Amino acid sequence: MKPLIASLCMGLGLWLNTTAPAQAQEPLRIIIDEAIIEPLPFAVPTFQAESAAAGQMANDLARVVAADLTGTGLFREIPSSSYISTVSDFNAAVRYADWKAINAQALVTGAVNVQGNNLNVKFRLYDVFSGAELGSGLQFSGTVEGWRRMAHKVADAVYARITGEGPYFDSRVVYVSETGPKDDRKKRLAIMDYDGANVQYLTDSGTIVLAPRFSPTGDRVLYTSYESGFPRIYVLDIGSVQRRVLESAEGTMSFAPRFSPSGQTVVFSLTQGGNTDIYSMDINSGQSVRLTNTPAIETAPSYSPDGSRIVFESDRSGTQQLYVMPATGGEAQRISFGEGRYGTPVWSPRGDLVAFTKQNKGRFHIGVMRLDGSQERLLTASFLDEGPTWAPNGRVIMFARETQGAQGSSTLYSVDISGRNLRPVRTPAGGSDPSWSPLQK
Amino acid sequence: MKRFVTSGLLVAALAVGACTNPDRFGADGTGAGAGLTAGAGANKGIIPGSANDPTSTVFFQQSVGDRVLFQVDQSNLTAEGRATLDGQAQWLLTNTDYQAVIEGHADEQGTREYNLALGARRANAAQEYLISKGVPASRLRVVSYGKERPIEICSNEACYAKNRRAVTVLAGGLTS
Repeated sequence: MKPLIASLCMGLGLWLNTTAPAQAQEPLRIIIDEAIIEPLPFAVPTFQAESAAAGQMANDLARVVAADLTGTGLFREIPSSSYISTVSDFNAAVRYADWKAINAQALVTGAVNVQGNNLNVKFRLYDVFSGAELGSGLQFSGTVEGWRRMAHKVADAVYARITGEGPYFDSRVVYVSETGPKDDRKKRLAIMDYDGANVQYLTDSGTIVLAPRFSPTGDRVLYTSYESGFPRIYVLDIGSVQRRVLESAEGTMSFAPRFSPSGQTVVFSLTQGGNTDIYSMDINSGQSVRLTNTPAIETAPSYSPDGSRIVFESDRSGTQQLYVMPATGGEAQRISFGEGRYGTPVWSPRGDLVAFTKQNKGRFHIGVMRLDGSQERLLTASFLDEGPTWAPNGRVIMFARETQGAQGSSTLYSVDISGRNLRPVRTPAGGSDPSWSPLQK
Repeated sequence: MKRFVTSGLLVAALAVGACTNPDRFGADGTGAGAGLTAGAGANKGIIPGSANDPTSTVFFQQSVGDRVLFQVDQSNLTAEGRATLDGQAQWLLTNTDYQAVIEGHADEQGTREYNLALGARRANAAQEYLISKGVPASRLRVVSYGKERPIEICSNEACYAKNRRAVTVLAGGLTS
């Protein structure tokens, strides 16, 4: 797909990562790791429409910015019915007292201009209690159909400025859309914005598809399909929706693929004679290398962000556990030692944690641990949670939750790595196997 | 997020129309056998292709037994499973027109990738047993569906026990 944001201008001045003028007061800041978070109250009035065609957009942009921020669980929006001031000029001085009176600690103002198919969005962020603008505003320009991305860019800048965390709203998720009962479930690859908007289908429901995984540049997807009657790995170009099967020998099954950080190599599982091991393959030449060689089940490999190591699951100890090995294969170190079984490890984009699925005493959990297996933290518990994927900032995890029984269905959820803010992701049908894209450029 | 409840209901409504999922390659073999030989049906009261025709796919499924079941997280064959496979081997050695795909399956209590690998172990265990009884390897293929194709949909052991299976699905026969 063509980039929707043609340019990212700093036209309103530098977005400096410095705090407002020295004040006795604490700067506007959310430290996410504090035990209890009181959501920060903010206001985002309807943006100023600077052209006749921008009226609806001015409202919609502000709504998406508000939804992004409140969706983190870290922010609380002050409803417009409480406003004392209105913002009628993007460049006029803000009447801080009016926003302070309704306890809006942060104020986001914006202006939007639509000319033909071109959209220009400006915004400013104010620390109301310090009575100062944070940074000097930003503007984004692009196409009208890319308007949601611009709202996400605005919200990302506000989120990053206030939390100190990396942005993640301007990202997409590829997942498996599911319809039908358990014994006749139809699966299709689908792609959507991180918040469930703009769903598009990438395959039809004629064959089972599993576990799509984004390339590091977000332009391609690896997935497993039964198109040939047997599980094989395909690579699909999102823009053209063209796909090709990766080389595999007759009589084998291949699945659980992931890209290396360079995008040149695919690591995956290959089953031959009932035994499943991990291989890597150069995606262009099709040359593959065997990385594990045991009679155990070795699967679900995931690279470290620097590409030097691979975390994977193996039942070589008798039950599913997590291991780390060099990306070229060789000796693996077991890292999971808690009660129960561990699978589907995914290395965080920050490199500091592994997210996993844990099965213990008939329950499933999504959890995180450090690479040495320490500081295990279970974030969820249910009848069946599985398949975590990381937001590009390493702060939020998305996964699938299947409900119990004959009427059971699968839904995507997201959760903060603190275990807070568990919430379903709104999709048109059921969803499983999410894979979060990198931040869009 | 507000519309989540609505989408849940949609899936639930679709589930009401559930019916038993036929095994993927199963329906073909049955239909082909029955269709081709319909004219010879008067012979000794055996309707070719029907359950009382010992060379039919239906007979294989119902009388020989087309599936073996496994314990939780196991892929070793039970005594009952071996007895069923003995019958399958004998039948395949008699009815040499048929090829078979052995499908391995797991119950839903496991992660997707692991269950694919576990299903492959189960299918392979059945395949190796059949080969050990003289069925040529060239007539057998294996595939795993992991937990993707349950036949029973409740979430308790009564259903799980039937879903942990390796099913020998015939292909070919009279039409090949």
